[in-house]
Amino acid sequence: MDMVSTALFFLFAGFAIMCAISMVYHKNPLYSAISLVGVFIALACIYLTLAAPFIAIVQILVYAGAIMVLVVFVIMLLNLDDEPNTSRLRYLYALGGGLGIVLLAQTLFVVYAVSRTPNTAVDPNATVGNTLDIGRAMYTEYLLPVEIVGVMLLMAIVGSVVLARRLSQPALELVIDNEQERVNEELGLE
Amino acid sequence: MEETLKLVFPYVVILVGVLLAFQGVLMIVAYTVLGERKVLGWIQGRVGPNRVGPWGVLQPFADLLKFIFKEDIVPNESSKLIYYLAPMIALTCALMPIVVYPFGPTITSIDWSFLPYGIAEGVHTLRLVIARIDVGVLFVLSITSVGVYGIMLAGWSSNSKYSLMGGLRSSAQMISYELAMGTSVIGVVMLAGSLDLTEIIRVQMGSPWYMRWFIIPQFIGFVVFLISAFAETNRVPFDLPEAETELVAGFHTEYSALKFALFFMAEYVNMFTVSMMATVLFLGGWYVPGLSHLFDVGSVPYALISIGAFIGKVIFFLFLYIWIRGTLPRFSFRSVDEFRLEVPASARPFEFDRDDHSCVLPK
Repeated sequence: MDMVSTALFFLFAGFAIMCAISMVYHKNPLYSAISLVGVFIALACIYLTLAAPFIAIVQILVYAGAIMVLVVFVIMLLNLDDEPNTSRLRYLYALGGGLGIVLLAQTLFVVYAVSRTPNTAVDPNATVGNTLDIGRAMYTEYLLPVEIVGVMLLMAIVGSVVLARRLSQPALELVIDNEQERVNEELGLE
Repeated sequence: MEETLKLVFPYVVILVGVLLAFQGVLMIVAYTVLGERKVLGWIQGRVGPNRVGPWGVLQPFADLLKFIFKEDIVPNESSKLIYYLAPMIALTCALMPIVVYPFGPTITSIDWSFLPYGIAEGVHTLRLVIARIDVGVLFVLSITSVGVYGIMLAGWSSNSKYSLMGGLRSSAQMISYELAMGTSVIGVVMLAGSLDLTEIIRVQMGSPWYMRWFIIPQFIGFVVFLISAFAETNRVPFDLPEAETELVAGFHTEYSALKFALFFMAEYVNMFTVSMMATVLFLGGWYVPGLSHLFDVGSVPYALISIGAFIGKVIFFLFLYIWIRGTLPRFSFRSVDEFRLEVPASARPFEFDRDDHSCVLPK
C-alpha cells in the first residue's frame, strides 16, 4: 500500500512539474493556460492521495473549473496569436532571477525541514479532510479569518460591479459625443 | 500465492465493477441515440430507422462502423495537439462522474465462500457503487466544469470562425448555467446534511412519507436543476452552440470520423450522467417505496428490482430530453441570456431587473 501511494505521488508530481515547465516555456498563451490546468489537476490528485478529498475537489472546481475557464475564454476572445515583443521586458529577467533564487531557497528549506521531522504514514481513515470537519473548523476555530475573507470577496464583487456598471444617461451621452467628435476629427484630418 | 490473491482480490472486484458499469452505460447511451431517432420519428409522423436488424436494433453498431471507416480529415491550419486533445477531454469528463453514483443498494445476502482459496474471506457485502466519496455532489459539479474545456478547445483549435463562435457560445452558456445548477442543488444538500450521494439517498428513504422524494420539498430546485441541465448538455432548446442554420455545426464543424463520434458520445453520456444526478438528488435514486415489505433488504431480488427502478427513472429523464427536442424550438442567443438571469433567479429571494441586469432585493 505504501509503495502504491509512493508510485502515485511520483506519477502526479512528475506530471505537475512537466506541466509547470511547459506552462513557463510555451510562447502561446493558450498552451500555457492549458498546462496550468494540468498542474491544478495533478495537485488535486496529490491532495486525494493525502486523504483530503474536499480540498482536492475544491481545487478542481475553483481553479481548473472556474478561474482558468475564464482565463482561457479571454485568451480565445482576444485571439493572441502574435508573439509579443519581449525586448522591452529585459529588466524583468533580473527580477525573475531574483525571485527564482528566493523560491529555490524556500524549497531547499522545506526539504531540509521535512527531512528533520520523523516520517508518519497518511492515515486513510483520518477525518481531518472531511467536509464536516472542515466546516466545523471554519465556523468555530477559524471564524475570524473566514469572516475577513468573506468581506474581502464582497469588496471584490462590489468593485467589479462598479467597474462594469452601465453609465447613467447624461454620462453615456457625454461619452458618445466625445467619441463622435474624435472620429469626426480623425476623418477630417485624412 | 494465497496472500497475493487475497491482496489483489478487492482491486479485481473494483476493476470488474468499473468495466461492467462503463459497458452498461455505453450500451444505454448507444441505444439512447437509437431511441432518440425512433421517438423523434414518431413525433414527426415518420418511422425512424428500421433497416438494420429487426426494428432497427442494430443501428448503433452500423453507425459506429460508419464512423470508424470514414476518412479522418484534420485541418492544416489547426493547432494539432489541442485539436486531438479536445475530444478526449470532452468524453473523459463526461464519463468520469459515473464512478460516484450508487446504482443500487448494498447486497449482503450472497455467500462468497464458494470462491477458491478463501480469497473472499471477510467480504460480506457488495456495494453497487464504484467509489463512495465524501463529496460526491461536488465531484460531479467539478468534473462537469472541467468538461467545458473540451468544447472550448475544440472551437479554438479548429481555426474556423464557425467553430470558434460555437465554442464561445457553448462555454459562455455552460459557465453561466453551472451557477444555477450549483444553487439548485444546495437545497437538497441542506435537507440531506451531506454531500455524499449514498447518504442523500439514505436520508430520502428515512424521510416522512409526504417528502420521501426530495422533488416534493424541493420542487422549484428540481425545475431549476432540469433547466440548467438542459443548458449544460447543450440540448434543445439550448443547442445554440451547434445551431446549424447559423454556425454549420458549431464547435465540431471541423471534426470528422471517430473524433466527431467522441463529441457525439460525450453529449449523450452527459445527458445520461445529468439524468442520474437528477434521479439521485430528487427522485430517491434506486429507492422504490414499499419494496422492503416484499423482499428482504440486502437480498439479490431487492437489489435487482432497485437497479431496474434506477435505470427506469434515468430512462424517464432521457425520454424527457428527446420529448422536449421534438417539441420546442431553439432559443435565440439573446433570450438564453435573459432566461439565465430571470428563471433560475426566480427561485431565490432576489429578483433581476430586466433593464440593467443588476440584482435588486424584492420590494
